[in-house]
Amino acid sequence: MLAQLEQLKQKALWELENIKDAREVESWRVCYLGRKSELTKILRSLTILPLEERKTVGAYANELKSSLENNLDERKKTLEKVQLTTITRVAGIDITLPGRPIPIGRLHPITQTLKEIFDIFISMGFQVVEAPEVELDYYNFEGLNIPEEHPARDSMATLWVDYKAGGRPILLRTHTTAADLRIMEKLKPPIRAINAGKVYRYEASDATHSPMFHQLDGLAVDVGITMADLKGTLYEFARRFFGEDRKLRFRCDYFPFVEPGAEMAVACSVCQGSGCRLCGNSGWIEILGAGMVHPRVLERGGYDPEVYSGFAFGMGIERLPMLRYGIDDIRLFFGSDLRFLRQF
Amino acid sequence: MRVSIKWLKEYVAINLPLSDLAHRLAMAGLEVKTIEDIGGWENVVIGQITRVDPHPNADRLHLVKVGLGKEQQTVVCGAPNLRVGDKVAFAYVGAELIDPQSGETIRLKSAKIRGVASSGMICSEKELGISESYEGIMVLPDEAPVGTSLDDYLGDTVFDLEVTPNRADCLSIIGVAREIAALTRQGIRLPQVSYEEVASTIEQQVAVTIDAPDLGPRYCASLIQGVKIAPSPRWMQQRLLACGMRPINNVVDVTNYVMLEYGQPLHAFDSPKIKGSQIIVRRAGSGEAIVSLDGVERMLASNMLVIADKERAVAIAGVMGGANSEVSQETTSVLLEAANFNPVSIHYTARSLLLPSEASMRFERGISPELTIPALRRATELIIKLAGGKAAKGIIDVYPGRKERSPILTSTEGINQFLGTGFSQDQIIGALTLLGFEVEVADSASEVRVTIPYWRGDIQQAVDLAEEVARIIGYDEIPQTLLSKSLPRQNPEPIAALKEKVGRSLTGFGFQEVITYSLVGLEALKRLSPDSHALKPLPLRLANPMTTEQEYLRPNLRANLLVALAGNRKHEEGSIRLFELGKVYLPRQNDLPEEREVVCGILSGPRFERSWQAQDESFDFFDVKGVVEGLLTKLDVEASLEEAQDESLHPTKQVAIVLAGSRVGVLGEVHPQVLKAFDITDDAAYLFEIDLTSLLPLTLGQKMFQPIPRFPATIRDIALVVGAEVTHQQVLDIIKGFPLVGKVSLFDVYTGEQIGGSKKSLAYRIAFQSLTYTLTDEEVDKVQEQILSKLAKEFGATLRA
Repeated sequence: MLAQLEQLKQKALWELENIKDAREVESWRVCYLGRKSELTKILRSLTILPLEERKTVGAYANELKSSLENNLDERKKTLEKVQLTTITRVAGIDITLPGRPIPIGRLHPITQTLKEIFDIFISMGFQVVEAPEVELDYYNFEGLNIPEEHPARDSMATLWVDYKAGGRPILLRTHTTAADLRIMEKLKPPIRAINAGKVYRYEASDATHSPMFHQLDGLAVDVGITMADLKGTLYEFARRFFGEDRKLRFRCDYFPFVEPGAEMAVACSVCQGSGCRLCGNSGWIEILGAGMVHPRVLERGGYDPEVYSGFAFGMGIERLPMLRYGIDDIRLFFGSDLRFLRQF
Repeated sequence: MRVSIKWLKEYVAINLPLSDLAHRLAMAGLEVKTIEDIGGWENVVIGQITRVDPHPNADRLHLVKVGLGKEQQTVVCGAPNLRVGDKVAFAYVGAELIDPQSGETIRLKSAKIRGVASSGMICSEKELGISESYEGIMVLPDEAPVGTSLDDYLGDTVFDLEVTPNRADCLSIIGVAREIAALTRQGIRLPQVSYEEVASTIEQQVAVTIDAPDLGPRYCASLIQGVKIAPSPRWMQQRLLACGMRPINNVVDVTNYVMLEYGQPLHAFDSPKIKGSQIIVRRAGSGEAIVSLDGVERMLASNMLVIADKERAVAIAGVMGGANSEVSQETTSVLLEAANFNPVSIHYTARSLLLPSEASMRFERGISPELTIPALRRATELIIKLAGGKAAKGIIDVYPGRKERSPILTSTEGINQFLGTGFSQDQIIGALTLLGFEVEVADSASEVRVTIPYWRGDIQQAVDLAEEVARIIGYDEIPQTLLSKSLPRQNPEPIAALKEKVGRSLTGFGFQEVITYSLVGLEALKRLSPDSHALKPLPLRLANPMTTEQEYLRPNLRANLLVALAGNRKHEEGSIRLFELGKVYLPRQNDLPEEREVVCGILSGPRFERSWQAQDESFDFFDVKGVVEGLLTKLDVEASLEEAQDESLHPTKQVAIVLAGSRVGVLGEVHPQVLKAFDITDDAAYLFEIDLTSLLPLTLGQKMFQPIPRFPATIRDIALVVGAEVTHQQVLDIIKGFPLVGKVSLFDVYTGEQIGGSKKSLAYRIAFQSLTYTLTDEEVDKVQEQILSKLAKEFGATLRA
């Protein structure tokens, strides 16, 4: 009986070893482990054996059964693996073919830049405020200490609208600072606001000039705001936007609506401060104008400059992605050319 | 403002490297745009011709001995203007010079010319890069010191300074010297002016009256008789050139020189040409004209100020002199003007006449009336020195606009609090004193009374003093702190959130954002209607447009998007999906225009990117509809779509987007004629334009959670045959009106012979659903029958066989 079993084992394992197809495995199982298999028959017939032999043969047969089952599992796994490889090789796909294209939409690089800056200032407690682009002279100039015939107007050549609002001249705002008085009129201190959007200049279009571009302005008004707060806020912004290690310069400058006035520059990304064509040999690239809100502007906004102080800053947006990506022509932003826009 | 460093050094010591000086100035508010070196000659020294002999082998060449102080050199030279005793520029072998023929820089080598060794060269101006002249050698003035390097004698460095509009005082060498002195903690040396006067007084010969003291607060004049007009000396010409001004003659050059030196514009009249020997400062008469120095006739307006004599205007005050009283070669008597004019008036006049000048630039920034006398005396002295003549006794000074300036009271503690600094009182007072402010400690410990020097008209209140302190001590000394007070309440603008959501949704749908100009041309707007009339509302026009393409404030976004589509179509063959989120500007009566936020999208071309397995299909109406439906779903609003009559769109392939009874936008196929007008010929295009400002209030509702059904739905498919005129929406509305009806989806639309020409088949999958129990087939059958009978009644709908 044992010899019979041993023979069965050899045969079963040899056959299993030679099975190449998963379907044959099932017939092998039926043949050797199924209800009508020889092994089952032997196991069933154990009862007729004498007790001693029953013990040995029974043990051997059971052992054989589990051994065959284990071998079957092993073989199945191996075959599955082999089969998978065979399928990919025979009926497989060229996995290097391109995937089905998904239409990719992107935000305009200016929108992306604005969002990045918004997030930095929002984290410092500023809120984003909307303001009109078509403005009264008062908000853009007069109220900001730039009366008619002020030389500062020369640097902001203005596009005027051929219509008057109740006799008051209307213009396309030349800077987002035009929102500052509106913000002061609308909000109560403590004020921390930013506004951004399109501004306009009477300026012929070329690689570095556009009659329309974007600016972002910030304004903070409260009791006890200092110039050190302005410097700290701007440095914090610059560190986050340009990176920790970028050298910064904070120097005196003049804008009629602030006093003291300041300008912040970052070390030129090309020459790292040693001077090159991009930075006009100065080593610095001007990023923004800023200062403490002028007492007369505070007054017009409804605040007593003896009690309140504030700071304001304004920056052009286009030059930031221009510097970051090395874009050499501002007109690309407004040309809607997909070959340009898809790069961001 | 171009500033010669050599000139500056006459007033202030410069003991630090120029690049450091430039940095200090920039930090303090005077940015140095460029640093330009004049000269830079090496191995070129000043020599004196001691002997000129003919060349033994050449008629036109000479052997020239040049004394160089310690030594003497002999060179071969062909210049026609060799004269013993003249001071010349001598280049040693090794000097870098410009070749007059090629213009290239060459290094001088020793050479044998016609058999005679020549060790060096006497230079022409062109060879030194000073001018284009090379017919003869450059002859230096007699005072040129023999043996010194030419670079020390003629070389200079020029700072081109960006002077901010508040600092008229820095449009002068002395003003810049004052800044440098304060920044480097020293004083300045001003020119000591003295000249002789004759006995007869100026008042006996000229009279000055100011008729318009509001525009001309001060007028000063001196009179110099017996001058001889000639070119000014080389040193003065060099300085003028270095500062960007063209030398003219000794008298005019002095006026320009002193303007550069003091910042006070001056004007010289040919005195006998002043009719009636009377200067009248008055407004121009209406229709009055004057030929200015540049020979152009200028029409004046009655709010412009002129300098006139008894008969006519002789100068446009503060802007440009008149040709009728100009100093000429024959002039012997000069009436010299140093006046002060109203900045606003000068700016207006220079701007209106398109005549900005060095003078107007200074006046319009506001220079001190106190500057007239020192500058006038300095110019008088220099004219006498350079052109000869004698000054009449005295100076005419008509000064109706005198204003006393009171000191500013401030406190060092206040300055520190405002700046966020901890400067000591000594530091603060020190900084102000360095700038020429007189600081007097007032009653309390930190209070100071500051008297402002006359040249600093820009300092008017305490904050101005705070800036002076900060910039002299240094902006680098201001600490960095973050706002530390309580945070303000955030009131974000809902429109911003809506815009962001729309932008994110559309980019998710594969749309590329564009930003186009807010200004459009009428031509482009007219192209939006098939019969080329301008769309309503009429757009706002600019008063001073730069081009006709950018003349109007856009009343819609679609014109620019069609242009963008056309532009991209030239190089893109795949699908194009563009959108813009931006403002349109709608005129309002007596008010600023209404700025409405609008989103406009356009799609055109193949629906799928060209790919190895893509179907070859083009976008159609239902693509744009799907985009809008998807967008509205993202915004959690439900819109109904109604018939629309938008001229830019295909008459039968467009719908209005209606929310809560109001139309917020439109979508559809672009009218083929409109497309053609925008030069888009190959593909159809589909667009939507939605007014986000109108949409906004409808998006602000509170969203509520819907429980997920716990009981299974029963799905039924029904294929209906209805008349071709019956719409999906009509059928859908009826189906959805029944209870237990959940999601209804249309899965097939068929028209064809099988069902008859005037009919169509609509196949729906309806999910019947109860939230509270499992529906039985009987219940569903009942509702389905009710639906079918209602559809049969309303539209004669039958089940498709």
